[in-house]
Amino acid sequence: MSAENRPSFAGLEVGQVVAEREVAFSRDSLVRYAGASGDFNPIHYNDAFAESVGLPGVIAHGMLTMGTAASVVEEWAGPGNIVDLQTRFARPIPVPAMGEAEVAITAKVGALDAEATTARIDILVEFEGQKILAKAQAVVACA
Amino acid sequence: MPVNTEAVGRAYGPHEPYEVTRVKIREFADAVDAYSFAHRSEEAARAEGFPDVVAPTTFAVVIAQQAEFHVVVDPEVGVDFSRVVHADERFAHHRPIIAGDLISATVHIDDIKQRGGISTVTTRTELTDEDGSPVSTVISTLAVREEA
Repeated sequence: MSAENRPSFAGLEVGQVVAEREVAFSRDSLVRYAGASGDFNPIHYNDAFAESVGLPGVIAHGMLTMGTAASVVEEWAGPGNIVDLQTRFARPIPVPAMGEAEVAITAKVGALDAEATTARIDILVEFEGQKILAKAQAVVACA
Repeated sequence: MPVNTEAVGRAYGPHEPYEVTRVKIREFADAVDAYSFAHRSEEAARAEGFPDVVAPTTFAVVIAQQAEFHVVVDPEVGVDFSRVVHADERFAHHRPIIAGDLISATVHIDDIKQRGGISTVTTRTELTDEDGSPVSTVISTLAVREEA
C-alpha cells in the first residue's frame, strides 16, 4: 500500500455508502475475464457443457464478480489500499448468449477501527433482486 | 470418485516464479473494470506512491489459480474439475503487487470436507517475492458436486 493515496478516515460513518455502480455482464465480459485471468473452465463460455454438469447455462466467473466488486471499492479507496478482501459465492449469475446480466454493486462502511485506521467496507452485489455474494467485505487502509 | 480427505496437509511448489508485467496488469484491470490509471501508466502509479504500475486487488488470483491447479490435477486428491464451483475466496495482502515482481507460489491443502453430495477443498496459497518476503495469502474453497 502507499500512504499517498489513502482515503481519509476522519468523517467516515458506519452505514455510509462510499461507492456504487451498475455493471452489465455479457458473454464478451466472460471471455475477456477468462483470457485475462487464465480461468478457462468451459462452464463460463459453453452452454452445452454447463448444462451437462447440471448448471442452468453459462455462468459468470465468481472471481469476475468479486474482482469487479473490488474495483468499485477501489474507485473510492485508491489502488493498493484494500488490504483484505473476502467473499462467499452465494448464487451464480447466469449470463445469456445474447444480451446482458445487470448487476448492482453497493459498497458501504460496515465497521471502523480507529486504532488501525482501517474501514471495513461491506459490499452488496445484487442480480434480479438477489444477493450474489455473501459476507463480501473489504478492509481498507485509511489515512 | 470422492475427494480424498487424507490429502489435507499436502503442499505444492514453489514452481517457476510468475513474472508480473504491465501488459497483464492492464489486461486484468480492463477485465474487472478497474479504472485507475495507476494500473496503466507508470507515471500515474508513481504519483500515487508506487514504484511501477500496480495490480488490481484480485490480480493475485491469476498466480494463485495456477498454483491451485496442481491440487485439482493431483489424481491422489481426486477433484473432478468439470464439477467444481467456487465457494469462497479471501485475499490477505501484505503489500500490493507491482509490475516487475517475480512471484513464487506455494499452495497448501488446509481442509477437505464431505457432506451430502458436496465436497469442499480449501487451499491456501502463499505468494512471496524474490527476497522471499510475503506478498499475499490467497485462501480459496472449491465445492465439488458429486455425480448424482
